[in-house]
Amino acid sequence: MLNVGRPSRPGAVTQGHDLESTYTGNKALNLETPLIFEQGVKGRVGVDMRDPKEVKSRLGGLERNEEVGLPDLSEPQVVRHYVRLSRQNYSIDAGFYPLGSCTMKHNPRINEKAARMKGLGDIHPMQPVSTVQGALALIDDLAHWLKTITGMSAVAMSPAAGAHGELCGIMAIRAAHDAKGEQRTRILVPESAHGTNPATAALCGYKVESVPARADGRMDLDAFEAKLGPDVAGVMLTNPNTCGLFENDVKKIADLIHSVGGYFYCDGANLNAILGRTRPGDLGVDAMHINLHKTFSTPHGGGGPGSGPVVLSDALAPYAPVPFVVEEGGNYSLQEQVEEGAAKSFGRMKTFHGQMGMFIRALAYMLSHGSDGLRQIAEDAVLNANYIRVGLDDLLNSPFEGVCMHEALFDDSTLKDTGVTTLDIAKAMIDEGYHPMTMYFPLVVHGAMLIEPTESETKETLDLFIGSMRHLIEKAQTSNDPEFFVQAPKFAPRKRLDETAAARSPILRWTAPE
Amino acid sequence: MRYMPHTAEERQAMLQKIGVSSIDDLFVDIPEDARLTGLLDLPKHAPEMDVDAKMLAYGAQNLSPSSAPSFLGAGAYRHHVPSVVDHLIQRSEFLTAYTPYQPEISQGTLQALFEFQTQVALITGMDVANASMYDGATACAEAVLMACRATRRKKAILSCNLHPHYREVTDTTVQFTDFSVESLPPSIDGVEDLTADLGKDIACVVVQNPDFFGRLQDLSDLADKCHEVGALLVVVVTEVVSLGAVRSPGDMGADIVVGEGQSIGVPLSYGGPYVGLFATRQKYVRQMPGRLCGETTDQDGTRGFVLTLSTREQHIRREKATSNICTNAGLCSLAFSIHMSLLGEVGFAKLAKLNHSEAAAAADKISAIDGVDVLNETFFNEFTVKLPVPAQDAVEKLAAKGILGGVPVSRLLPNADGFENLLLITVTETNTDDDVDQLVAALKEIANA
Repeated sequence: MLNVGRPSRPGAVTQGHDLESTYTGNKALNLETPLIFEQGVKGRVGVDMRDPKEVKSRLGGLERNEEVGLPDLSEPQVVRHYVRLSRQNYSIDAGFYPLGSCTMKHNPRINEKAARMKGLGDIHPMQPVSTVQGALALIDDLAHWLKTITGMSAVAMSPAAGAHGELCGIMAIRAAHDAKGEQRTRILVPESAHGTNPATAALCGYKVESVPARADGRMDLDAFEAKLGPDVAGVMLTNPNTCGLFENDVKKIADLIHSVGGYFYCDGANLNAILGRTRPGDLGVDAMHINLHKTFSTPHGGGGPGSGPVVLSDALAPYAPVPFVVEEGGNYSLQEQVEEGAAKSFGRMKTFHGQMGMFIRALAYMLSHGSDGLRQIAEDAVLNANYIRVGLDDLLNSPFEGVCMHEALFDDSTLKDTGVTTLDIAKAMIDEGYHPMTMYFPLVVHGAMLIEPTESETKETLDLFIGSMRHLIEKAQTSNDPEFFVQAPKFAPRKRLDETAAARSPILRWTAPE
Repeated sequence: MRYMPHTAEERQAMLQKIGVSSIDDLFVDIPEDARLTGLLDLPKHAPEMDVDAKMLAYGAQNLSPSSAPSFLGAGAYRHHVPSVVDHLIQRSEFLTAYTPYQPEISQGTLQALFEFQTQVALITGMDVANASMYDGATACAEAVLMACRATRRKKAILSCNLHPHYREVTDTTVQFTDFSVESLPPSIDGVEDLTADLGKDIACVVVQNPDFFGRLQDLSDLADKCHEVGALLVVVVTEVVSLGAVRSPGDMGADIVVGEGQSIGVPLSYGGPYVGLFATRQKYVRQMPGRLCGETTDQDGTRGFVLTLSTREQHIRREKATSNICTNAGLCSLAFSIHMSLLGEVGFAKLAKLNHSEAAAAADKISAIDGVDVLNETFFNEFTVKLPVPAQDAVEKLAAKGILGGVPVSRLLPNADGFENLLLITVTETNTDDDVDQLVAALKEIANA
């Protein structure tokens, strides 16, 4: 299945004789580029470097004697390839990206500049700590901001992403129970949770039990209470939850889990909605990860890298992973090894000290906003989401009553009998120049459409978006023309792609034609 | 506040449209006694100019390897990154896109990932690679979990010469699972018997090449011995540039190759974000963790790319997923891929040869110092030096002279006896002859003090 030869030009596939075809496969500014492996000529080079010295080899007879198989291109060829590729991507810089649960906000460029500054972007993780006092001060200052924002007593900085942060939090919970000699076996997770929650709990050896949602979209408190017992290690609750709602029983949930000796893990993916309005530490949370790449604007980069520091309560702080920065009288050092003791660190989660590049960006973002700006973020994010909610809820059904937090959730009930699905609406949104909302998540809502506008967007953008959505929904309901939707997107670089075929016989790499 | 567009009038109009009188009405679900009324105890918002100055001030307190001779390695390597790389990854369309869940408008990210997967498979000598992991150490831990799943066995053996952080991360990751890890104790001469406990209960053996101390070895025999008992050989590569000069792990019989891709295209950035590489044999594809990009066609029959085999992943499988990982190292994998595209076959081989020759020349000069020994017989661009004094003290003295002289082994292995005087020295294409001469002169002084 890997030995499939590739056409040498995209045009070889798309050429046709109708009016919309071109010889090259390009369409004016829509420029195609073949795979990098289908380009280049042996002997070209894209990097000049000095000639190696003549030395006795120390490779121990292990010299590579076969070609790797990489193509040879000049620098301008490589530039053109990636510029063309980039133009086939939608991005927050180019347009509205209301992808629920992902907090696609503006990524300020001062953050990018800072991450590349001399003394920040180019320092080595194993330099003597005496030569990186500024770096350690930066990490410590960021930790202070995170602790202050969340009202928590400690923070583990090293987790590399949200799911990695979850792993950190649940491992701290497991370590705390183990230290007390308690063997607990279950973790309770609401059924609306992100898939990473149960996957994380399983990796820590816990059995995952799902707690159903109430009619108002919050976790069912009675069902939760009924599942509690001395064998419950903790609960993983997203708040605001994945339906875009604040779990108004959160303090009762915290009290209940604590009453059986369990811990409260909060998935902080949606922290953006509550910045400066409430603090997880005041809600009884024991551990929460913070997605710096969501709430604090470090760029998503097409899927990463992220950064997921975890704030911890006093009860869990002793179990935090190494390393951590220690400050004494303005002098910074690093605790890099686990020190033995009854309550001790559960270990190490990644090489070195965490996602420094993301720390720099996040701190620049926080300094830019300050306490007043952070609160304004939450207020505008929530304002924008509610503005979309009321702009659409006469046409689309909001499954839950009342105000929402940072994202507006709709189900697909008003599309019933139209032949048009949530997916079709999403693809039609692409033709209108939007990135679609999150679809079919959370799983507790049928045909879910989860719209998160963030605080970055203007009222004009929201009005146009509401108008566009109304146009599409009304068209779906009245035109009796599902084909219009099924054919969407018509104007994207690709029509709908065959994902079933991709999974049935996977082609995961280029292979040289026979 | 420059990032938020609403005027007070607009906010009022929007509240009115929503049907509430104040913003507080939108936060009523927060329990009353947990609502913040005032501002957090933090500074107020700042102009960009002030933020710029503040960040510069942090940087100014650090000794930058760009302005000091630097011989640091131990899992993170300073290489020249062509200007094109950083320029291209800062294009808005790459930088500010999310995970390519809508393939019709994400072909840029997806095709780049497909090319990345191919490059990683080629340099490691494997069939397939995923779309990247957080870093090399987390990729190593995931490899152990995958080997346990694939073999339905529960134990892994880790070489004594594996990077200590990789061992610690692997230990940490498996500690609450049904799986266990046997780590051989670090050895100064590199001698270990990885086959002593190798039996039909072992899922995999994990070995690093070049190892933590810089040594190279042929792993073919070890691969055969693993395969005889049905165990997998996991090979860790922390310096991927070495693959331009050294036989690939796949060629030596590895079943899974994991590595740190930072050396190609990714700045040091005090240890992260980096890019974990993960490659394996075709038959294990469905056991792989992480995102995978695959080729398909659109409705018109035009080639296109999508994320695929997602039934392995957490958002579908939840607690039964192959891993809890969601994020990859997206932009770092793009940087890797662009740099690799610039290098090509010729450049990759030459870069590797250049690194090796600079390191070999430096090792000759260093071993000529009285009282200083280079312990390695084989190495790529990093080797272990035995000093007559503790290495920790030596690097502090070197730093005082403005030289970042290497990584003391004891910083990563503080509890191992007899390692105090060992210093890891890396020499790359970024080091000049003058850098090396400065290091040699300073080491001479330290050795003779």
